[in-house]
Amino acid sequence: MGKVSVVPFGPQHPVLPEPIHLDLVLEDEKVIEAVPSIGFVHRGLESLIVKKDYNEMVYVAERTCGICSFGHGMGYVEAVEKIMNVEIPARARYLRTIWMELSRMHSHLLWLGLLADAFGYESLFYHCWRIREQVLDMIEESTGGRVIFSVNKVGGVMKDIDAQMLGRFVEKLGDVEEQICAIRKNFLGDRTVQMRLCGVGVLTKKQAHDLGCAGPFGRASGIATDMRIRGYGAYADLDFEPIIRTDGDSYARCACRIDELLQSIDLIRQAAAKIPAGDLSVPVKGNPDGEYFMRIEQPRGEAVYYVKGSGKPYLNRLRIRTPTFANLAGLCETLKGADYADVPILVLTIDPCISCTER
Amino acid sequence: MVKCPENELIKIEKGELLSKCMELKKSGLRFSQACAAFYEGNYELSYSFADDQTYEYKTLRLTAGLKEEIPSVTDIIPTAVFYENEMAEMYGVKINMISLDYKNRLYRITEEAPLLPKEAKEAKEEKSAAQGSEAGKEEA
Repeated sequence: MGKVSVVPFGPQHPVLPEPIHLDLVLEDEKVIEAVPSIGFVHRGLESLIVKKDYNEMVYVAERTCGICSFGHGMGYVEAVEKIMNVEIPARARYLRTIWMELSRMHSHLLWLGLLADAFGYESLFYHCWRIREQVLDMIEESTGGRVIFSVNKVGGVMKDIDAQMLGRFVEKLGDVEEQICAIRKNFLGDRTVQMRLCGVGVLTKKQAHDLGCAGPFGRASGIATDMRIRGYGAYADLDFEPIIRTDGDSYARCACRIDELLQSIDLIRQAAAKIPAGDLSVPVKGNPDGEYFMRIEQPRGEAVYYVKGSGKPYLNRLRIRTPTFANLAGLCETLKGADYADVPILVLTIDPCISCTER
Repeated sequence: MVKCPENELIKIEKGELLSKCMELKKSGLRFSQACAAFYEGNYELSYSFADDQTYEYKTLRLTAGLKEEIPSVTDIIPTAVFYENEMAEMYGVKINMISLDYKNRLYRITEEAPLLPKEAKEAKEEKSAAQGSEAGKEEA
């Protein structure tokens, strides 16, 4: 038996954009156990329900995260609309779907850049973020914001994308698609990248299911679950299948996310072709009364928004279960048996969003 | 295409919690989340399970008193460890035998049960004090 030692990893580490701490129990250079600690940036956003009414809480929900802010706002308003029996206009459903897919693209491109940077491929990092800038430009042009869009409201959306702008976006996405196909070759075909990712941190389908893994992390292990199939927003009108891989390693997680980028472009094209004319929102009367668990597919996977109201402007409870929170147990499992040198890559492959997790 | 199947809420008693969790797990459902809420003087604990084939969502709902002790489900669902620690730290729910108990240090918040309303905290303390004095009388 080798020498057993405990090595602290994080909360400050060059590979971590946000703070998380892991106590790594090592036997020589092999990880035999990992115990996570979070709580370094907890903000208590859920407690604001006593101070903000259900309309103001949209802005709070959006500030849960700086990367998937639109999804948080959308998940929250769809949950409230459900308990208030609000049917939003079809155009609003399509607009939400388009912005959600643009969000997914900028999130995945951000992650791909970080991954490239983590394994020392800096030029690829710049390529990813250069492509991401073009997506952010589209978001900025249509909403006025790059991080927080603030376009969702209970009852619909506050801004429109006119036909001319939407046509321009679709055209621009053609260029973006070409650029993504180019970096896809680098990520999936480069031998040095394969050596860092193939067979590293394998999670079987059963393990992923038992550990409750969500999103691309679970889909890379063969779990064919994608909350968009539930048909919220305009997804029920669009044609797509969950993208899955079966190897369950870091390479499969990377491949899933790259293919989801191309899928997002396809979904935006479909939505742009089908978006109907009409109102952006409907008037909402009364207060939320009831409870609902809304599930949407964030870039990192299934996010759950639990809302409970009792006919007052202030909700009794808002609970946001983020995908990273669900993936923590899976992360610890992938670390078992891994080389110490692979820990940074493995932590990144769940696409951790700690601000989301701590809310 | 699945179209938003509704949530199913299954009300249970404390004694049924472990057996119901086992039942849902054995039927192939994925543990999705657990959370606490405070409503009308009691805790409402929710344990949700997702069917990844049909996209149905089943939630076990357990209503418990503020001082009531709840058994941990981590022996059956190991991944519930973070959810139960969160319930304990944020709402002060007493959960027995969590497999990895962070002892209110998951989120490193100094305030005890920050999401529990002030009046509920006071009621909880009053109950503790009353139980303490009753125990003292019995001993005397």
